Amino acid sequence: MDGLIQELYNTFIRENRWTLFVSGIGNTLLISLFAVALGMLLGVLAGLGKLAERKKGRFWLWSALSWFANRLSALYIDIIRGTPTVVQITVIYFIIFASVDIDKRIVAVIAFGINSGAYVAEIIRSGILSISKGQTEAGRSLGLTQAQTMTHIVMPQAIKNILPALGNEFIVLVKETAVIGYVAKIDLMAAAMNVQSRTYSYVVPLLSVAVIYYVIIKILTLFLNLWERKLRKSDVR
Amino acid sequence: MSMIEINNLHKHFGKLEVLRGIDQSIRQGEKIVVIGPSGSGKSTFLRCINLLETPTEGQIFIDGEEITNPKVNVNKIRQKMGMVFQQFNLFPHLTIMDNITLAPIKIKKMSKDMAGKKAMELLERVGLAEKADNYPAQLSGGQQQRIAIARALAMDPEIMLFDEPTSALDPEMVGEVLEVMKGLADAGMTMIVVTHEMGFAREVGSRLLFMDQGVVLEEGLPAEVFENPQHGRTKEFLSKVL
Repeated sequence: MDGLIQELYNTFIRENRWTLFVSGIGNTLLISLFAVALGMLLGVLAGLGKLAERKKGRFWLWSALSWFANRLSALYIDIIRGTPTVVQITVIYFIIFASVDIDKRIVAVIAFGINSGAYVAEIIRSGILSISKGQTEAGRSLGLTQAQTMTHIVMPQAIKNILPALGNEFIVLVKETAVIGYVAKIDLMAAAMNVQSRTYSYVVPLLSVAVIYYVIIKILTLFLNLWERKLRKSDVR
Repeated sequence: MSMIEINNLHKHFGKLEVLRGIDQSIRQGEKIVVIGPSGSGKSTFLRCINLLETPTEGQIFIDGEEITNPKVNVNKIRQKMGMVFQQFNLFPHLTIMDNITLAPIKIKKMSKDMAGKKAMELLERVGLAEKADNYPAQLSGGQQQRIAIARALAMDPEIMLFDEPTSALDPEMVGEVLEVMKGLADAGMTMIVVTHEMGFAREVGSRLLFMDQGVVLEEGLPAEVFENPQHGRTKEFLSKVL
């Protein structure tokens, strides 16, 4: 018992080591939040891009742009899904941003945002495809434009259908940011490694980090559940 | 001048020729009823008129404006026509009120109050005023279809297109939808109705088109076509459905 108290003391209190954890949590949350936002943005764009198709009889420039958006989105998704996250992060850190003096957190947001976007894109695409063609036709027959039909009719229903999958992706992303601990040494995982290198003891720092991640995910899940319940309002019978 | 003028309308899906040359001229206030076996191109004909399908060949004029011209503003054209679908296609994530007011608010930039007031009038007209705050899933098929008609009317269309509006309904609910459509016809609306309801065709239709294999095989006053079909194919079809 005394040993555990000593360990906890060494991990959190001595030399104010708790501040390492606090700033680690702060960075993890910050990186996660902005990476989720960037991932969503890229995901929606790439998801719509992959759905874009060449249509006969349309203005040639639109047709060409659709084709380009489609190929570009497919290439992006293909490359990101085909290579390990750790490799992508390392490449972005040590090759692309190697000689640029930029906040490491921004690099992390870019790296994880790009990574997540590819997965979000496929989720968005599946969501849009899950909405029957009749919904689009009903919207268009009223005189709504393609964009209005997308924003007011298709997307709200698609988001509702894909929320579980999207929530999953957000959770995976928050946890994956732990990889950054090995590269940029600024997040929660890095705090644990930092402390453990000083105390020469693994158990308490690592288990503490596990508990903190668990609590963060728990809170995120809670919010996702609330959101889902709100969207399910129209399912009442 | 006729309201809708259709010249030599063709539609192909790949190698399949669904419409093989249709010429029609429809005047304001006419109630056209389109019947025919499945696969005869009735629905495609209707969908070409509001450009949900792009015609492969031929021209369509609405109020003298050629809508098959690629330069035309499709969204503007569609505002002149309301469409009612076999599967209702109400927006399940919106309340009945929002289903009806969405297009007037977004397209006509009507205020929420104005659109709401108008929606209530339309709901009275289809007999569902008390359902304004419900969601589509809470309504029966017949009620949903009446809402779909109200939703189309909210844009003040000049023409109403009905694509087998009662085919997905329980038999008990067909009557209430046909009632609303009759009311609309009596009020002078120009209507094109694809249907299998021969009673409705006879009672409401001012002209009946019998379609088979992508062409209008026979047309005339519904009662005349029913009692004295000229074409063998028409006789055969009517003998099965009447």
